[in-house]
Amino acid sequence: MIAAIEPSWYLVLASLLFGIGAFGLLVRRNPLVMFMCIELMLNAANLTFVALATKLGDINGQTAVFFVLVVAAAEVVVGLGIIVSILRRRPGATADDLAELKG
Amino acid sequence: MFEQVVTQTVRQTDAFFGPEVGWFALSPMLALLGGALAMMLVGALTPTWPKGMYALASATTAGTAGALAMVQWDDITDNGPATLVGGAVAFDTLSMFLTITICLAVVLVSLLSDEFLRGTPNDGPEIYALFLVAAVGGIVMASANDLIVLFLGLETLSLALYVLAASNRRSLASAESGIKYFVLGGFASAFFLYGVALLYGSAGSTNISEIVATFQTGVDIDNPDALALAGLALLIVGLGFKVAAVPFHVWTPDVYQGAPSPVTAFMASAGKAAAFAAMLRVLVIALPFFRDDWRPVIWVLAVASLVVGSVLAIVQTDVKRMLAYSSVSHAGFLLVGVEAAGHRAGEADPGSGMPSVVLYLMLYSVLVIGSFAVVTVVSRGSGAGDGDSSLESFKGLSQRRPLLALAFTVFLLAQAGVPLTSGFVAKFGVIQAAVEERSYAIAIIAMVAAVVAAFLYLRIMVNMWLAEPADGVDEATAAGEPGGLRVPLSAGVAIAGAAAFTLFVGVLPGWLIDAADTVTAYAR
Repeated sequence: MIAAIEPSWYLVLASLLFGIGAFGLLVRRNPLVMFMCIELMLNAANLTFVALATKLGDINGQTAVFFVLVVAAAEVVVGLGIIVSILRRRPGATADDLAELKG
Repeated sequence: MFEQVVTQTVRQTDAFFGPEVGWFALSPMLALLGGALAMMLVGALTPTWPKGMYALASATTAGTAGALAMVQWDDITDNGPATLVGGAVAFDTLSMFLTITICLAVVLVSLLSDEFLRGTPNDGPEIYALFLVAAVGGIVMASANDLIVLFLGLETLSLALYVLAASNRRSLASAESGIKYFVLGGFASAFFLYGVALLYGSAGSTNISEIVATFQTGVDIDNPDALALAGLALLIVGLGFKVAAVPFHVWTPDVYQGAPSPVTAFMASAGKAAAFAAMLRVLVIALPFFRDDWRPVIWVLAVASLVVGSVLAIVQTDVKRMLAYSSVSHAGFLLVGVEAAGHRAGEADPGSGMPSVVLYLMLYSVLVIGSFAVVTVVSRGSGAGDGDSSLESFKGLSQRRPLLALAFTVFLLAQAGVPLTSGFVAKFGVIQAAVEERSYAIAIIAMVAAVVAAFLYLRIMVNMWLAEPADGVDEATAAGEPGGLRVPLSAGVAIAGAAAFTLFVGVLPGWLIDAADTVTAYAR
């Protein structure tokens, strides 16, 4: 007998994903990986929206996901543009190398 | 079975009615957006426009949008606030006040950017279009009546600002500031979004009107929903990053220093105004039920920002960095106003917290653009590209360009909160609001922080008026050589306008205070 999958499991999964994303952003030094961690955090929020919408029986949480997807796609464009413009000038740069501004 | 589903779907489609939009009420946003799209399209199809036309087009668009917002203002004061687009957008004096503030910022920053961009690969419509799009995002944030709409506005503003921060492709510092802003901004946005999601789970809606209704009727006061409190905490983290409150301020000095100076001016004015408007919408308007939970957090953020911002500003040697830390301390003052607004949030008489915050935002926007405009002109005169904004390059400015030094003195005195300048009106407003709510401790800390911060502004002034300029700079200025200091006409107009506004409001603040007082009648 397999227990039915409940929406709250997805909430736990989403919070784990969000935590992994946040932790990864803090410990990883490759700009691309840091960027992927942000996407993971956004998608954890998406999963939360869908799970809660199912739990509440409300469609609005699911439509919110579409808006977030558009935002994430726009963020990819901008983020990759900035990252490429840096890596083109300084190949292999990590977050620690970008320390011209400090004080 | 299948046919049934199809007919049902068709019937549902038939029954779909779009929400009432109220196009004219949205006209300030539409004017800015239309202007941005027109500049991109026409700019791509036509050869390079004559000198200064891009800036003029952008400033005209923003001026038109600001004028439209004033027309809407009269409509609101006559007919009362309302919501638009099916309750997604609030149409009230709070949104219009912030719309006018942001449009003013775009006008001043466009004038400032004009000469700054000339002769660089960026001299085209793109930068101005990004300013306009960012302004739309900021206005959406300030007028959102739905947390998802607020998130969309936040991202529209942020994405435009990331690009603007990294826009100087010749400068490594600009690229670095762009990526730092992007990574930390994205981090903050994710926190904000997760907070919205959790709040949705607790309230059953992302619409602010429905959230307020749910908590007023549905929740037992002794048993606040854990989901809602977790969401609230995440929302505060996200907003804390955006307003640059300590301990979420670490990106501010790097980004402000590395970004091109006109962009920094825009971030510090319109960006901050939009972020604080969002904070008012989320905390004071949407979540007054949890005011006793979020007010102590805001208290701590305010005190930390005031102290850390003022103290760290003093030890800097770069003027842009100094102004960045000073903007952190200004965020602390604004949070004092938010804290005051938290005492009676949601009540029929909400107190003077909110009016003091929006008034501060408008006055500070003009001040900070004026300050960064002077920094732009001076650092541009001392080298190629973004130039040198160290404290050294301001030495003896009064001998090289007395009027410029005088204008900067006005801005710095106003930032310090000296009477007869707009900065005094702003700081007096928030401290008075705190005292009215009997938050004496935070009011005293704010006043002490103002004194500490004054030392910073005096340090810049002493360098301008009492120190001797570096060797050879004087002759270069006199001969108009490179290395000499030239004030471009458009930037001069922006600086003079900002200085005039600063002094005028400092002497006659009544009309603006009256206008700000109306924002407590918000729509939701």
